Amino acid sequence: MSTNTDFLLAIEDLTVSFDGFKAVDSLTMYIDKNELRVIIGPNGAGKTTLLDLICGKTKASSGSIQFKNQEITKLVEHQITRVGIGRKFQTPSIYENLTVYQNLEVSYSEGRSVFGSLFFKSTPKLEAMIEEVASDIQLTEFLETQAGVLSHGQKQWLEIGMLLMQEPELLMLDEPVAGMSAKERDETAELLNRLCKNRSVIVIEHDMEFVKKIARKVTVLHQGKILAEGAMEKVQADEKVIEVYLGH
Amino acid sequence: MMNFFIERFLGGKQGAVAIALLALLILVIFPLALDLFRLNLVGKYLTFAFAAVGLVLLWGYGGILSLGQGVFFGLGGYAMAMFLKLEASDPQSTAIQTTPGIPDFMDWNRLYELPWFWVPFESFAFTLLAILVLPALFAYIIGVAMFKRRVGGVYFAIITQVIAVILTVLIVGQQGFTGGINGITDLRTLNGWDIRTDSAKYILYFINALLLLAVIMISRFVLTSKLGRLLLAMKDKEDRVRFSGYDVSNFKIFIFCLSAVISAIGGAMFTLQVGFMSPSLLGVVPSIEMVIFAAVGGRMSLIGVVYGTLLINFGKTGFSETFPELWLFFMGGLFIAVVMFFPNGLAGIYNKYVSKLAFLQRYLPAIKLPKSKADTQSNASSSASTSDNAAEGAKS
Ligand SMILES: Nc1ncnc2c1ncn2[C@@H]1O[C@H](COP(=O)(O)OP(=O)(O)O)[C@@H](O)[C@H]1O
Ligand SMILES: [Mg+2]
Repeated sequence: MSTNTDFLLAIEDLTVSFDGFKAVDSLTMYIDKNELRVIIGPNGAGKTTLLDLICGKTKASSGSIQFKNQEITKLVEHQITRVGIGRKFQTPSIYENLTVYQNLEVSYSEGRSVFGSLFFKSTPKLEAMIEEVASDIQLTEFLETQAGVLSHGQKQWLEIGMLLMQEPELLMLDEPVAGMSAKERDETAELLNRLCKNRSVIVIEHDMEFVKKIARKVTVLHQGKILAEGAMEKVQADEKVIEVYLGH
Repeated sequence: MMNFFIERFLGGKQGAVAIALLALLILVIFPLALDLFRLNLVGKYLTFAFAAVGLVLLWGYGGILSLGQGVFFGLGGYAMAMFLKLEASDPQSTAIQTTPGIPDFMDWNRLYELPWFWVPFESFAFTLLAILVLPALFAYIIGVAMFKRRVGGVYFAIITQVIAVILTVLIVGQQGFTGGINGITDLRTLNGWDIRTDSAKYILYFINALLLLAVIMISRFVLTSKLGRLLLAMKDKEDRVRFSGYDVSNFKIFIFCLSAVISAIGGAMFTLQVGFMSPSLLGVVPSIEMVIFAAVGGRMSLIGVVYGTLLINFGKTGFSETFPELWLFFMGGLFIAVVMFFPNGLAGIYNKYVSKLAFLQRYLPAIKLPKSKADTQSNASSSASTSDNAAEGAKS
């Protein structure tokens, strides 16, 4: 449908219906290179489902998703990851039995085939990357700690770190500060602001204070459709938005 | 180089000690302490340990329970038995048959020529290859059919069980081609070398023991690779692995094939040492027994399962001499008890109690508690002590 564009991600007319219920309904949305986009919306608006559609967890009923002008709705999960899309889940999804180091190592983008991983050897490049990521997510001191004993906030960060190891061009984070303390939220906001320097980031968030700290452009989702889109101040002033979401 | 070998093939210093102790037991102590009859019996038990080692890879680390490992044990065993049977059925020895030169049971079942699928087993090279390739191929087909469709868990366990039933029925039913319920018996020589003599039994015992140690080391290499960590990761959060860019099904297929090949090597060595192969070794009961060996020994422990296998088989032999009809109940009860109270089996008990002192010395200074103490589960770190792997204590 669309011709070549400069957008990193182009979602057009995307619909998914669960037994007739349209969780995402003819949605069209574009993400630029190096953009940080925040998606907000009330519970059940379809935010998580939208990320599920992009990363291949859920198959679209109709519509198109193009990443760097490549149609990805027909790809399966690991292929979508390999073209450069990383996704953080709403609840921290890390490997509790492995150490922080191993969690990061396993997420690295080389040695992804069976025999590639069997004969995979750590390289100085990998070591350096793990160190860099660990320092980004403030887990340098915990590299040898079993991930299962980390605090909730640290687990959230670890998962972000695991995504960074994949070197994605598009990073999607589903409620990354849920369950975090105020201090951890501030630090996460800083982290995200740093992260979007050389990649695009989509963040789903509820916490408006947090959103204000990171948001440049906000998309408000409601009942699977876009209700408003634009700068934070503009969206906050939008009457429809106030009615369904902010004004409660 | 030496360090690499110790770390990757032996599992570090602790692993090296454990494997050295096992080697001492099966290569020195048993041969010195036991008469040939008992030693041969232990050799038979150790062939089952191959299947249990395979289950550590597949079930312990991969989280995939197969109730059909006997199938692969049987494939290896039958491949070897077919070769030996053909060698034992030369035209001179079978001169009194209607059709001399074919196995006796074929003659009894009125077959007049060797079935086509038996012919390649006249070659020893083909047979050795078949022992490794046939189970891998069969596991690959099952693996692709199941794992690509994301069939797993209980469904996979049931399907492998069903395959074990089907194969048993097939072998029993096709007497003329397979030897039926009696299996393939009366095996004599291997390339002219009489495998029934005392010296042959000793040699075969040692070959078997060395092969088992080699298989454990290769398995250790797999488990200490990135692939080993990926298996643990998949067991914990399969979706996360998928969304990190891995084709999860390929890893499951690989580990299933590997466990099948290992099991088959055990089967082939069974045939050589015991001198026959029959459906009673590959059906439902032996397949479940293999799982019990692994569970009792500790399904996360490559070495623990060897002890588990030995212990249960000694028990079985002793027990069933006195109360044959109670054995199955006893083993079932033991299995339930282990699963409920000692999820990591003998290896878990060893690591929990016996190596406690070593654990304290080694790990106390190394434990770093995370800043936020509120939601740490300090007991989880105790599992990092195991000789086998950091994930030993995984409750999965
Ligand atoms: N797999 C599914 N099957 C049926 N309904 C679903 C499924 N996934 C999501 N939904 C429904 O779609 C709607 C949107 O859910 P979700 O995307 O999780 O919302 P949120 O914006 O809170 O993340 C909800 O009403 C949810 O119940
Ligand atoms: Mg959600």
